[in-house]
Amino acid sequence: MSQLVSELSRPGVRARVKMPALGPSVNGGFVVLFLSLVVLIPLSMVVYHAADDGWSGFWHQVHSPLAWSALKLTVGTSLVVALINLVMGTAIAWLLVRDRLPGQSVLDTIIDLPFALPTIVAGVTLILLFGTTSPIGIDLAYARSGVLVALLFVTLPFVVRTVQPVLLELDRDMEEAAASLGASPLTIFRRIVLPTIAPAAAAGTTLSFARALSEFGSINFISGNLPGHTQVASVFIYGKIQEDSVTGAAAVSTVLLAVSLVVIVLLTVIQRWVARRE
Amino acid sequence: MTYSTRGLVAGLALTGAAALTLTGCNGGSANASGGGGKVKLSLVAYSTPQAAYEKIIKAFQATPAGKNVEFQQSYGASGDQSRAVASGLAADVVEFSLAPDMQRLVDAKIVAPAWDKNQYKGMVTDSVVVIATRKGNPKHIVDWPDLVKPGVEVITPNPFTSGGARWNLMAAYGGSLADGDDENQADAYLGELLKHTPVQDSSARDSLQTFTQGKGDALLSYENDAIFAQQNNQAIDYTVPDNTILIENPVAVTETSEHPTEAKAFVDFLYSDTAQKIFSDNGYRPVVKSDETRDFPQPSGLFDITKFGGWDAVMTKFFDPDNGIVGKIEQGLGVPTSK
Repeated sequence: MSQLVSELSRPGVRARVKMPALGPSVNGGFVVLFLSLVVLIPLSMVVYHAADDGWSGFWHQVHSPLAWSALKLTVGTSLVVALINLVMGTAIAWLLVRDRLPGQSVLDTIIDLPFALPTIVAGVTLILLFGTTSPIGIDLAYARSGVLVALLFVTLPFVVRTVQPVLLELDRDMEEAAASLGASPLTIFRRIVLPTIAPAAAAGTTLSFARALSEFGSINFISGNLPGHTQVASVFIYGKIQEDSVTGAAAVSTVLLAVSLVVIVLLTVIQRWVARRE
Repeated sequence: MTYSTRGLVAGLALTGAAALTLTGCNGGSANASGGGGKVKLSLVAYSTPQAAYEKIIKAFQATPAGKNVEFQQSYGASGDQSRAVASGLAADVVEFSLAPDMQRLVDAKIVAPAWDKNQYKGMVTDSVVVIATRKGNPKHIVDWPDLVKPGVEVITPNPFTSGGARWNLMAAYGGSLADGDDENQADAYLGELLKHTPVQDSSARDSLQTFTQGKGDALLSYENDAIFAQQNNQAIDYTVPDNTILIENPVAVTETSEHPTEAKAFVDFLYSDTAQKIFSDNGYRPVVKSDETRDFPQPSGLFDITKFGGWDAVMTKFFDPDNGIVGKIEQGLGVPTSK
């Protein structure tokens, strides 16, 4: 079984192993139907409504000072968060797989908790910890640093959980062989470990970026929502809904979708380029 | 292995499709009456009167008119609730925190245009905007000009996400006019006030949370919310300014109700002494006063939204995000401040 898995995971093998087909057209049809109902149609409705007032209306909504600054803050902070996650998430995954620490299994379990916690509870917790009456004397709330901390909290698991299984599967013989041939730890990491975990790390980073773009609950309290300063795009969009401006909400949402799409495509292209170079 | 995965995915897809179909079928029947002659009314209301309604419903069910009536209750942000009903959420009785949310249902042909034609103009409770402060009011904030003194931080929700914040700002604007300011000075006062606002939460409840967590010196709030906070042992005081705005909360039976008789009986009961007393115990100003209802201080310079031409005019003049007075102020605030 594990042999089968490792054989399948070798590039180029999957295509040759043909599975017996049971009504592939029916199954495929259902999958497409499911995807359409649950994902594609709702997304296209958003884009459709964004265009309610035509191109100039769309641009007017997106380029209004408050929308534009909310978008800049959101995209900028999400990029920073994704990069921090890339480094720290990989480090945490490395620690969980390669080191033996007391209480490691507890740590391993805790990583997932930010997923389970309703983000609004996360927001309230963070405000208690980092708010005006902070018991540890760190006042980050109602500022951009608060947004950053909240996003780091809710996106923590993504990179850890994508990199961890790849590290587990990584064959240590290669590293030992490289070490016996005199390669430095840095070289081993750069030439052997990094190329293996890069796709997973990139995928995790993209996920955490996309999640950060859309985060609402945890930021709602801690950011202070000062328009043009600490108001993020999701809260701005909520405001547009409250104003009955579905077009405005859809327009800004469409920008977020487009940014996500660009980042995902960009990462895929980079991954392919790296894979070809190897 | 891949084989069974495919099966699983197909199964999931089927389940999803089935669930969607079922939801679609059930949409219309949520309002159907239960067995044994019981009638189920759907009450859709904004969030703050929940505690009051739970008691009022018990009292109503103890009357002959209410003994066979059961309730399905839904509470949430006023605008969200109004939009939900407009989009098809079944409702027999609706109550909102401000009239424009009722107007949305009139436009959607769910509530009769004559909903406000009873002797209380369709309003079931009142409130006013007050200035809440820390216990003992250490910064002596009692009136509108005190809010813009150096070093004073004011908490009020974002007027573009919160209906409540619009009442707050119109109260402040009217208060400024009453102090002898002309319109330009009152505009400037609003700008100054928002400069003293370091946090603009997305709802009134969030603002209360922010304030009780220790941020700010003053909180603009509905009187009933301030009383609610005090009843929940929050260490706040509040002042009713001499010049402030009257908030009126509209109620109506929907035209789409399947049980109009029972729904009407319930709304009539809301105006009874019993129900009005429960409302007043929960911090609302009763529209029908009796010996039983709580006494509220009457501000000498109370005004209502008609002072500014009604909500339609106010929304355009003040809260248009591009050209409104408040919209322009908020855009001007987009400069990073001290933090």
